[in-house]
Amino acid sequence: MSVLQQSPAAAAGERAWTPVCRYADLSPDRGAAALVGRRQIALFRTFDGRLYAIGNRDPYSGAYVMARGIVGSRGQEPTVASPMHKQVFSLASGVSLDDPATAVPTYPVRVVDGTVEVGLDRAA
Amino acid sequence: MSATEERSATRRHVREGCGRRVVVVGYGPAAHRLVEALTGNGFDGTVTVLGEEPRPAYDRVALTSYLAGRTAEDLAYPAPAGVTARVGTRVTAIDREGRTVVTASGEAVPYDVLVLATGSAPFVPAVPGSDLPGCFAYRTIDDLDAIREAARGGGPGVVVGGGLLGLEAADALRGLGLDTHVVEMSDRLLPRQVDEGGGAVLRNHIEALGLTVHTGAGVRAVEAGPDGRAARLVKPDGEAVEARVVVFSAGVRPRDELARGCGLAVGERGGVVVDSGMRTSDPHIYAVGECALAAGMVYGLAGPCLAQAEVAADRILGGAATFEGADLSTRLKLLGVEVAQFGATSGALDVTYMDPVAGVYKKLFVSDDARTLLGGICVGDAAPYDTLRPFVGRDLPGAPSDLLFAGAGGDGIDLPDDALVCSCNNVTRGRVRAAIAEHGLTDVRGVKECTRAGTTCGSCVPALGRMLAESGVDTGRALCEHFAYGRAELFDIVRVRGIMTFSRLIAEHGTGRGCDVCKPVVASILASLGNGHILDGEQAALQDTNDHFLANIQKNGTYSVVPRIPGGEITPERLIVIGEVARDFGLYTKITGGQRIDLLGARVEQLPAIWKRLVDAGFESGHAYGKALRTVKSCVGSTWCRYGVQDSVALAIALELRYRGLRAPHKLKSAVSGCARECAEARSKDFGVIATERGWNLYVGGNGGFTPRHADLLAADLPTEELVRLIDRFLMFYIRTADRLQRTSAWLESLDGGLGRLREVIVEDSLGICADLDAQMERHVAGYADEWRATLEDPERLRRFVGFVNAPGTPDPSIEFETERDQIKPVLIPLEAVSR
Repeated sequence: MSVLQQSPAAAAGERAWTPVCRYADLSPDRGAAALVGRRQIALFRTFDGRLYAIGNRDPYSGAYVMARGIVGSRGQEPTVASPMHKQVFSLASGVSLDDPATAVPTYPVRVVDGTVEVGLDRAA
Repeated sequence: MSATEERSATRRHVREGCGRRVVVVGYGPAAHRLVEALTGNGFDGTVTVLGEEPRPAYDRVALTSYLAGRTAEDLAYPAPAGVTARVGTRVTAIDREGRTVVTASGEAVPYDVLVLATGSAPFVPAVPGSDLPGCFAYRTIDDLDAIREAARGGGPGVVVGGGLLGLEAADALRGLGLDTHVVEMSDRLLPRQVDEGGGAVLRNHIEALGLTVHTGAGVRAVEAGPDGRAARLVKPDGEAVEARVVVFSAGVRPRDELARGCGLAVGERGGVVVDSGMRTSDPHIYAVGECALAAGMVYGLAGPCLAQAEVAADRILGGAATFEGADLSTRLKLLGVEVAQFGATSGALDVTYMDPVAGVYKKLFVSDDARTLLGGICVGDAAPYDTLRPFVGRDLPGAPSDLLFAGAGGDGIDLPDDALVCSCNNVTRGRVRAAIAEHGLTDVRGVKECTRAGTTCGSCVPALGRMLAESGVDTGRALCEHFAYGRAELFDIVRVRGIMTFSRLIAEHGTGRGCDVCKPVVASILASLGNGHILDGEQAALQDTNDHFLANIQKNGTYSVVPRIPGGEITPERLIVIGEVARDFGLYTKITGGQRIDLLGARVEQLPAIWKRLVDAGFESGHAYGKALRTVKSCVGSTWCRYGVQDSVALAIALELRYRGLRAPHKLKSAVSGCARECAEARSKDFGVIATERGWNLYVGGNGGFTPRHADLLAADLPTEELVRLIDRFLMFYIRTADRLQRTSAWLESLDGGLGRLREVIVEDSLGICADLDAQMERHVAGYADEWRATLEDPERLRRFVGFVNAPGTPDPSIEFETERDQIKPVLIPLEAVSR
């Protein structure tokens, strides 16, 4: 097994890794939604090949659409803008860059043998 | 004031135990400014404004824009806090002894300080018939409402008076669709501002717009038609001019009747006499604005009237400000023609430049040693005004003949700090510079808020922008943090360098990885320049969600589907197909304002199946999701309508098919009306066409939405081929030069030189780019392909249309519907879980 990328938060043990799709299924600088259990996750592959996973729910509108936002950068921070009303979130931290009191959840994500896996707490 | 009077005043003051009571009679711009200056400077007494009009003060300088679609609310000044403003309250008398004013209802309102700001009344010559129905003044919003009502149905209209206001009124009548005449007593238009040569050039401009000008002509009578309304105006020589609407704007008279009634001193030719502190012959009473006779004259321009109001306010606050007269320099645009006058209108020597072909006339007056600038007149090109006006009375900054061509930027000419930049509000360049430096201002809005410059007539706003730039402020052309260019510059970079990808553009001309602002802009530029399907290759990642899924996102994350229905014409069979598709996929249907049908509630994964059915039945994308041509609406036209004069449906279909898929800085809407009744509402569109007996009238720059604007007539009575060529160029010039998300209306208003400039570029080809614009449009037309058909044919493009990448067929469980009026409706998504 070769682990291409692993989120630093992904400590071993209490996490369940769920395979969701092939890495090649994701387009550069674009997102895709995944359904893991009852949770909706927005996966992003950025131009440099990195992967990010955040909650798919836009906290401002309540709609599950974050995966359909435009990917970009603000300073050094990789970002996605909600397609609903364009609030910009950090892909790394999930925090809204325009309104730091608002955030979306982030999830650990890794690639194992070409398959993208998302890590969720077992309790979830 | 005698000692006894003074004591009694003090007693009254003490007895009432409160701050002073200021009562202002009249509620126009001068009254508003006075009240603002009082409350804004800590006045602790009470302020009561009694206005005769049924509404608070509004911007009279912008009055004509009311007919062009701005509302009374748009024009209204914000009410200052802590002031009692009573509208619809006419004051009938002043009791100076008792220090009260009496209203029409008999109420007595006491004052300690009274300010007369009663303005002026239009002068209507006492000729037979001048009071007939159909005769109007041009001063208030009520006047304009009445004129608009009377102008319904078109016909001839006459403006009596060819001064500033008269030409404003003529523009308004023309805008209302009347065949407009201007009757002016003097031998030229704008007799106070321009000389004979300038008047002749101005007249040419105005006649070219289709107006008829009668100079050296007064009015003998207005005669009624059989309906008892004005029907014609008779000139002193007996010639009659047909006129359903007659507007008198032959000057104004100060409203000084209250002052006369209570024995205040008034001028021989009217106006309440005031001293340099704006105080009347009664020390408790001030007069400001158009009712006041200050420094020997009655001022009618906004700038001096507002300055008087500030002086009076300062005096009431205990200051010592004075009004010593004001500069009557003017720069404005009348009927699309730039006119400016500054300083003297004659001089020992003059230097004149005249280009009758371009319609430009410029003249400078200089002292007999040719060293001092005395004044100038500009018609057709007022660019030297901003630069040269500060030099009036000073040494010329260059050779007079060079100065005639001094651009608006005043390149190479150093302006003194005490030069006025905003004459309406008396703001110098020094003050603007200081404000920029002290407050770290970065935009024109900040300068306006801080200094008031540019808040009245707005003609100095470009100069403010240049001053910001001179101070080293980046005036916001930069699109976002990734590109230091505006959209128009990026467009040129992409076009000239033949750049085909965002990666190359940002690597060579930007920084970072882009964002939701610059990516869609570049996507649109690449699409406008015909770079293939918008979902191919790297372009796909640039698209907004709507373009990415070729559908419009709705509040619950579902999408709407809008097939193109060119011109709004549709067969019963196709209507049935739309009905069946909506029924089979459980979609909500609604007729749109653009004469097509919106199908709402489709989930991402349903879109290809829905479109397969539509494309198979002959439909194509309606681009409702794109910053692109939406629809060309039409009325039924001459084929069916008994009033129609041209086949509006056929033209609308042809235009919609020609421009379908054209990506632009913002959405584009159009309409074609088959006659002047304008049932298709073409003048509210980006480009609208109205049939005439002889061809088509083309209107551009209209808008509904947030800031409604009636489109301007670009050209009249065009044959179809010429019409199409002009629209081609209009659209391509807009696409090349507009800002991001700038509709044609805002673009046209921001275009330096406005409609005249647009005409120069796309009709007269002044930039030599028309062949290029034409070729670009031909490429668009030839390269058009239906985006939805092309998507359905390509598995790679279809790959994105899944709800979940790991469960492609599973519908999004968060999307739920309930039923309302027999159709689906989204169940509101609860927002309680917002993470904070």
